[in-house]
Formats: sequence, C-alpha cells, structure tokens
Amino acid sequence: MMAVTETTNKSKKIHPHKFLLWISIGSICMMFAGLTSAYIVKRNQANWEEIPLSPIFLYSTIVILFSSLTMYLSYKAFKSREMQQYKRLITVTAALGVLFAVLQYLGFRAMANHGILLLGPGSNAAASFLVVIIGLHVVHVLGGVIALLVTFFRAFRTRVKSYSTLPIELVSTYWHFVDILWIYLYLFLYFTR
Amino acid sequence: MSNEIALGAGAGLTTELAHEHHEHHEHHQSFLTKYVFSTDHKMISKQFLITGIVWAFIGGLMSVLFRLQLGYPDAHFYWLQDVLGKFWVDDGRITPQAYYALVTIHGTVMIFFVLTAGLSGTFANFLIPLQIGARDMASPFMNMLSYWFFAAGGLVMLSSLFVQTGPFSGGWVAYAPLSAVRDASPGSKTGMDLWLIAMILFVVSSLMGGLNYVATVLNMRTKGMSMTRLPLSIWALFFTAVIGILSFPVLFSGFILLIFDRNFGTSFYLSDIYINGVGALPNEGGTAILYQHLFWFLGHPEVYIVLLPAMGMASEIMSVNSRKPIFGYMAMIGSLFAICILSFMVWAHHMFVSGMNPFVGSVFVLLTLLIAVPSSIKVFNWLTTLWRGNIRFTPGMLFTIGFVSLFISGGLTGIWVGNSAIDIHLHDTYFVIAHFHLVMGVASMFGMFAGIYHWFPKMYGRYMNNTLAYIHFWITLIGAYLIFWPMHYEGLAGMPRRYYDYSSWESFKQFAELNRFISTVVIITFATQILFIFNFFYSIFKGRVVKDKNPWGATTLEWTTPIRPGHGNWDGEIPEVHRWAYDYNKDGREFIPQTEPIGADETEHH
Repeated sequence: MMAVTETTNKSKKIHPHKFLLWISIGSICMMFAGLTSAYIVKRNQANWEEIPLSPIFLYSTIVILFSSLTMYLSYKAFKSREMQQYKRLITVTAALGVLFAVLQYLGFRAMANHGILLLGPGSNAAASFLVVIIGLHVVHVLGGVIALLVTFFRAFRTRVKSYSTLPIELVSTYWHFVDILWIYLYLFLYFTR
Repeated sequence: MSNEIALGAGAGLTTELAHEHHEHHEHHQSFLTKYVFSTDHKMISKQFLITGIVWAFIGGLMSVLFRLQLGYPDAHFYWLQDVLGKFWVDDGRITPQAYYALVTIHGTVMIFFVLTAGLSGTFANFLIPLQIGARDMASPFMNMLSYWFFAAGGLVMLSSLFVQTGPFSGGWVAYAPLSAVRDASPGSKTGMDLWLIAMILFVVSSLMGGLNYVATVLNMRTKGMSMTRLPLSIWALFFTAVIGILSFPVLFSGFILLIFDRNFGTSFYLSDIYINGVGALPNEGGTAILYQHLFWFLGHPEVYIVLLPAMGMASEIMSVNSRKPIFGYMAMIGSLFAICILSFMVWAHHMFVSGMNPFVGSVFVLLTLLIAVPSSIKVFNWLTTLWRGNIRFTPGMLFTIGFVSLFISGGLTGIWVGNSAIDIHLHDTYFVIAHFHLVMGVASMFGMFAGIYHWFPKMYGRYMNNTLAYIHFWITLIGAYLIFWPMHYEGLAGMPRRYYDYSSWESFKQFAELNRFISTVVIITFATQILFIFNFFYSIFKGRVVKDKNPWGATTLEWTTPIRPGHGNWDGEIPEVHRWAYDYNKDGREFIPQTEPIGADETEHH
C-alpha cells in the first residue's frame, strides 16, 4: 500500500497540453465509435441499400497518407532547426489537407452524379451515413489545417522567436490522428457497405 | 514546478512564458478580466455555481407550475395568466402545450444545467486545483471557454421559452420522431431547434471542462500527491469527467443524425409513419430505436455524472465531520471505478419495453443489478464512517447524511425497475419518477448543498447562516420524502408519467387528494429553497467572516491556502504532501494535515 504512494518522478510527466490532446483524441474516437456502431445497427435492418464508394475516396486516402509523411518531415526539419525546409513542408501539409477536403467533396459529387441520393427525401440512410461520417471527419481535418496555419504563421513571426517543439508536436500528433482515423473510416465503410 | 509552467503556458502555446516568474500577489485586474472573462479556476467555479443556482430556480419554478396543474386540475389561476401570458396559462389553467414544455425543460435544465454543469462544473473547478495542490487547471483558457459555452447554451435554452410556438415539449430525452418531425407538435418547431443548439453548446462545454479536469488530476498534482493520497472528492470528480468524455461524444453523434433528419430530409430515425394533419412522411426505413440507443448510451452514464460528484463530496465531508478516517478508502475508489465501467454497459435497461429481445434484456438486467454491489459498498462505508464517530452536525454534514439516506431509499427501488419483468408494469409510471428523483435528483442536489455549505468559507471567506441552513435542511429532507414517497404507490397502481390531467381517468381519480398533497409540499419545499438562495447571496456580502484558515479542522490542501486565495492559490511554494487525506484521530491527535511529514514514531495508517 505505502509502496504505491511513493512520489512519482516529475520529469517523466508529459506536458499537460499534450495530455489534453490525447484525451480529446479519445473523445473524438468515441464520437466516431458512436456513429460507426449506429451504422452497423442500421445496416442490419431492412431497407439498406448497398452503395459503392466512389474511387475518388481512394485518391484522398493517398493524399492524406502523403500529408502525414510531409508532416513528419516538417517536424524533423523543425527539430534540426532547418526553418526554411520546415516552412515549406508545413505549407505542403496544409495544402494537402485542403486538397483532401476538396477530394472528399468531389467524391460525393461523383456519387451524386451517378444518381445516388445522398440527402433529402427518398435518400437511403446508407448514403446519408457517408455524408455524416465523412463530413464530420473533414471538419476535423479542416480544424487541423487551421492549427497548421497558426503554427505556420508562428514560424514567420519576427518579433518573438520560439524554438519550443510543443506546438508542432501537438499539431503533428493531431494530424497523424485524423489520418489514422480516416484510414479506419475508409476501411470500415469499404468493408461494411 | 511544472504547474507554473503550465499556468504560464495557458496564455499561449509557447514556453517562452515558462521563464516568466509567476506573480502571487493580486495583480491589477479590471472588472471584466476578474469577474467576467476570468481564467482563475475559483472564479470560474463561482460562475458555474451562480449560473447553476439561477437555472435551479428556473427549473424548480417550472416543477411548481406543472405541479399546480397536477394538484389542482380544476382551479383557475387568473393571476398566473397575467404574469406568464396566454401561451402558458389560458383561462387560468396551465395549457396542455405549456405543461409538456414545462416537464421537458424542467428535466433538461435540472439534469444538464444544474446537476451536471452546476454541480461538477462548480466543484471540479473549485476543488481539483485546490485539493491536488495546483495553481490552476491544465488549460485555464479552455476552462474559461467551457463556462462561456455553458452560458451561451443556457441563453439559447432560455430564449426558447419566449418563442411563439413555445419551447421543446417532447420530453427531456427528445425521442425521435417527436423531436425529428417539425409538424409533430408546436414545440418541435423552433423550440426544438433552439433546444438542439443549446444542448450542442452544452456538450462542447462539458467536453472542454472534462478534458481539463482529467488532465489536471493526472498531470498537475503537487509533489508527494500520489493518486492514492487524493481525497475521494477528487477521485469522484475525476471519474465523472472520464465518464463525460466518453459518453457525451456519442450523444453528440446522435444529435448530428437528428439534425440531418430534421433539416436535410434523411431517414436515420424516420420512416414512413403517418402524422395527423401532415400525412405520411416521405422518409423510408429509419428506426427511432436507434436514437434511443445513442441517447441512452450517454443518458445512463449521465446519471452517474450527476451522482458521482455528490458521492465524492459526501465521502470527504463525512470523514471531516465524523473526525474519523473514511472507512475503506481503496474500496471507495474501487467502487467508483466499478460504477464508472458498469455505467456504460446498462443503457438498454431504459428500453426494456422498446421491443427488445428478452434475452438481451436479461443480460442488461444482470449488468444493471450488478451496480448494486459497488453502490452497497459505498453505503456500507459511509455508515461505518459514521459509526462511533465524533459527529459534528454542521449543515454540510446534515446534507451529507441526508444524501446517504436518499441514496439508499432511491437505490432500493432501482432493484425493482432494473428487472425487465417488473419494469413491464412499472415503466413510464410515477414509480420511475419517484425512483430517479430520490436516487439521482434530490440525492445529488443534497450533495451539492453539502458541498456549498462545506466549502462556502473557502469560496467567499465568510460563513453561511446556520439557523437558515438547518431550517433549509429539515424542510427539504422531509419535503423530498413527502413528495416522492407517495409517488411509489401511484406508480404501483399504474399511474403513467407525463399525463396532463388524471382526474378524467377512472383508475387514477382516487389519487386526486394525494396529488394535491404532493403539490402543496412542492410549493412549501420550493419556498424553502428561496430561503437557501437568500442565505447564499446574503452571506457572500454579510456573512460571518472566516478568521481561521482551517475552520473545519480538515487535513486537505485547500485549507492551507490563505483565507481568500488569489489567482495561483498559494503564496510562495506549493506545499508538499506527505500523507493521505484522512489522518483523523490518529496517535492521539485530532487531525494531521496532509502537508505534515510522517513522524519517526508514527503508526502505519492502514
């Protein structure tokens, strides 16, 4: 009993903001867990249409995977103080994030062009679920883009120079998270149509 | 200290602020930064508390209004019509539409705004940094946002009371299709839109608050404050936050789907049902049960979000005022943890009669009844803490004992309604109302009162008036039992919930006088709450001044701060902790503060 109450080593503790981020990630996971389990429940009921995913979503998967790579490289560049390289890579990452969102939109447009009713009267929940789940994920990616832009402008600040790796660590953790989340969602939606 | 780094870093993400030494004296602040957009956890907790009190007043008043209708269905209150207007009161009687709106908003407001934000928002903010030895929350800025999202949600909910078609009136659970179809009822129009916006703002607020509480408890404890030295109030608030973080997002997804069904014509919850005056809906294949699953996946953990803080504070206040260590500290933590886990596995017991497979139902019966085990452990430990204690009957202590009493009375009927077979008869009757009001509603309210009376000296540097507090306690306790005890009998006789007027039902006419009795007690009990509100605000300005840093002789860290602590809580270093929080009557000493090192000849505490 008393052994448990020994003081823990202070230096091992992670920064509170990082910790906050990890718990938020858990919270976001629960939201998508709620949605995907609702999807499974609904799928096992009558009136479920099998709707093929547009191949554009595969392209967006590649884009977001690639953006994770550039995010990782920009983090490495920041750590080795190659600020020019860092700025370039973080711009690419943010641009890829926007491209991802655009591709998701194009994916839906392609599906709508194939005559799939996504929303509105007569739409099937199978299609509407895609809009809700993928749409909410895009919102999270765009949130990440905003966070990237903030760190981007921080890097250009001349008045205060900051070499703390914390902001970029936070952003990159979040970025990899939305990437992994998308891969999960893509596989989930692909295999449980 | 990492705490100071974190406090500085709250202003921005950069650590250049880490070098900035923290000012412990009261630095100059304008009214706006000190009282309104404050990042001080103590001020935010007071904001939560006072907003919670305002909402408790509104929610309580609503219950008085609908009890007027239930107790005096034939009476005409023309003066009420002058006050509230024609939507609410017509020809001196509460209108049916208003009645359903009152019941709905009473439930929503009481559960979410009062007993979630008002209770855990207040005490998690106030107690966590003070009792774990931190200068503030992990992110004071997010903490401030958490309050303002709550305030904004509250304003939206308040505004829904004034729209022409009235506030949402489909019950606090907002089941589809009543909530999903605009033409289902007047309250399902603008009122429901505002209800949804308010609730989404509220969910965001709870998530931001909860994230902060968990991060603060795990990361920012002072030196020596290991997890097993934490007071039980912190453990309870910690588990509350964990439950909230895991369950509110699921409610959020349920709401998102509801918004799509309402506004974008999707068919998640809606199918081709026929609505009077509208005709058949164009939707196909939706299932309203899906909403119930998503709702109750939050809804059941939510009752523990409401109850756990009360349990934690009761444990703490009971130990302090019995002058005895809490009985079974580790068992208390273990049972909190067990409740936390089980709370996620019982949601379908709210849906026994939704056409659920009886086998699935029996699994949920088993899991539901399992909750009785950790709950009984807690009750046993509270009673054994009182056993042969040197009890000081302060108002806080009385409300704590009242909490245990109500928790037992209400908890026992949980075993009834948790059985799917008995629930077929009891579901949606007054029995259920009696059960959850006693075990969750009034019990948590008592926990909140106990916390307010106990920590008021720390919050405002003054005491509340004891005489008024004792009157408040006795009338509220007796009132609570007189209101809810008879409802068990009504429920057993099959009297359903949410009906506007029972006098036209042959089977329920016999309860006319009982209903009038309950309504009368409601009015008296509500009037007593006004006494409490008066006591609270009067004591902030005119109460007896606290002269002793540690008026209750407690061991925990919040009583080592100055009587009116500034932003940063401690002048100078944060104290180091050397022992658990419950060294009362040990080795011939009445109490030993957590900050005192363990002496050479001291006995092991357990």
